[in-house]
Amino acid sequence: MNIKELEEKSKAYRKKILKYIYNAKAGHTGGSLSIIDILNVLYNKVLNVSPENFNSSEKDIYIQSKGHCVEALYVVLADKGFFPEDDLLTLCQYQSPYIGHPTKKIKGMEQNTGGLGHGLSICCGSALAAKKDQSDVKVYTVLGDGEMAEGSNWEAFMFAAHYKLDNLCAILDYNKLQITAPNADVMGLEPLDKKLEAFGWAVRHVDGNDVEALVNTFDALPFEAGKPSFIIAHTTKGKGVSYMENVLKWHHGVPTAEQYELALAEIDG
Amino acid sequence: MGQEITNIPKGVGLANLEVFASTLESLAQADKTVFAVTSDSRGSGKLVAFGQKLPEQIVEVGIAEQNLVGVATGLASMRKKVFAVSPACFLTARALEQIKNDVCYSDNPVKLIGISAGVSYGALGSTHHSLHDYAVLRAINNITIIAPADNFETAEAIRQAAAMDSPVYLRFGKKNMPEKIEEVDHATSFEVGKGRVVKEGSDLTFIATGEAVWPCLKAAQKLAEEHQISATVVSMHTIKPLDQRLILQLASQNTPIITVEEHSVYGGLGEAVGSVLLQNGCHNKFKIVGLPDEHTVSGSQGEIFEHYGISEKGLTQSALNILG
Repeated sequence: MNIKELEEKSKAYRKKILKYIYNAKAGHTGGSLSIIDILNVLYNKVLNVSPENFNSSEKDIYIQSKGHCVEALYVVLADKGFFPEDDLLTLCQYQSPYIGHPTKKIKGMEQNTGGLGHGLSICCGSALAAKKDQSDVKVYTVLGDGEMAEGSNWEAFMFAAHYKLDNLCAILDYNKLQITAPNADVMGLEPLDKKLEAFGWAVRHVDGNDVEALVNTFDALPFEAGKPSFIIAHTTKGKGVSYMENVLKWHHGVPTAEQYELALAEIDG
Repeated sequence: MGQEITNIPKGVGLANLEVFASTLESLAQADKTVFAVTSDSRGSGKLVAFGQKLPEQIVEVGIAEQNLVGVATGLASMRKKVFAVSPACFLTARALEQIKNDVCYSDNPVKLIGISAGVSYGALGSTHHSLHDYAVLRAINNITIIAPADNFETAEAIRQAAAMDSPVYLRFGKKNMPEKIEEVDHATSFEVGKGRVVKEGSDLTFIATGEAVWPCLKAAQKLAEEHQISATVVSMHTIKPLDQRLILQLASQNTPIITVEEHSVYGGLGEAVGSVLLQNGCHNKFKIVGLPDEHTVSGSQGEIFEHYGISEKGLTQSALNILG
């Protein structure tokens, strides 16, 4: 898939995210729009994961630590053929398996996540197992910026460097807003690159809503032999819909009919 | 009423902890997918020899229990048979959310090994006691909870847990225990989920778990010798799923039931047994012996047991009281 095609995918994914959130009257809108370009590039350019090889021990592993942005992941998995997209019309409904966080009930999901600060530790175990098996499996996770305050993440940062897990890549969806306020006001992360480098990770910055820049960054993995890789993906919460961008209430705001139509028109434009 | 006791094990066996370590080592020798994951706990888990002999099968995470359980989850998801080993107090409190979400909810068959459980750490104080673990884990779906009483049960429990494709929590102490607590004519076997009747009697029943089973058998001996009272003693090693069939069978004798555990009286074996009795219309006299809801007295494990009546003397008295 070339860059132009990836950009078209991102537009299509954004519209679908809004469609299913609008239909469900629930979802994490802002974060799903910030994370989607990362997931687009992961599933269409990086990960060796498909419905056909999902039960194989040779496939790559993606665990979404930032579980609440599951709508973006559902849309991508449906596009990759893991399940019929129409299933998402049941999102968050009574007895639907399509709940508001990743669940192994849905093919394509590796683990149930949603509690924050869990994904990276699990990825560490999986990456270590791959090393022990001398397999080529690569392990990826996307973290949210709010969950970077969880102590368990920092336990895992130490572990990954100690065990030289250069088959592990963590990507931060750094939209800089969490449910209460900007990260900088809630619990500042900076200087994040220096902190992670001091913890033994190889770190790169990227525009996390620019698919070409993301492709180039993933192409450079591992950034340094013997070190886990960390991508600080600078994103915009609500990306692609002007009235949602960087506006706190769209953390889990649901658009009205009028807002929904306006958003679709903007994405198409 | 009295029943002569001839078969109480002479001498003492090993600590269940040591039996765990040697059993795990033999499993790991035979199966390269068996892993021990430790949080600076290989010494207290008696796994130093394991680490020397099988260095590729032990993973150290440092003092980081949340990461311990997360890493164990990741390894288990990659088809490893993983034993996460840490003091019960830290494992089941510090890492409870990882146990709930990553292991149980996500259905990863990690074996969680709570070492030096209950009040094994005695005078180190309540930071190091686990008197809450049955209660919190009982309320979490998809986990088997086992507290073996003796060396025999420990080895069997470890082997059977390793073969189970589901999460298991096993806890034990570090005090020497009998090789096999047994005072019945026939040899008892161990099966996860099935209580083990280690002594048969007719006047009352002790249903105990873990290291509280042994004082029950000693009390049963004293009751027979000095009071002509014949007590049944059950090692209810599996607290969840609970052997409801056996409990109801014991209750049908219409004699008193005393539960005994190294755990808070809240939320543990006693309340689980009481729930079975009440919901099945059983009206046996009933008493829960465990650690009361107070700041635990200081002292060794043995002294704490004595203080709260988890002892030959205390349980003999509890039996006499309930029989009136």
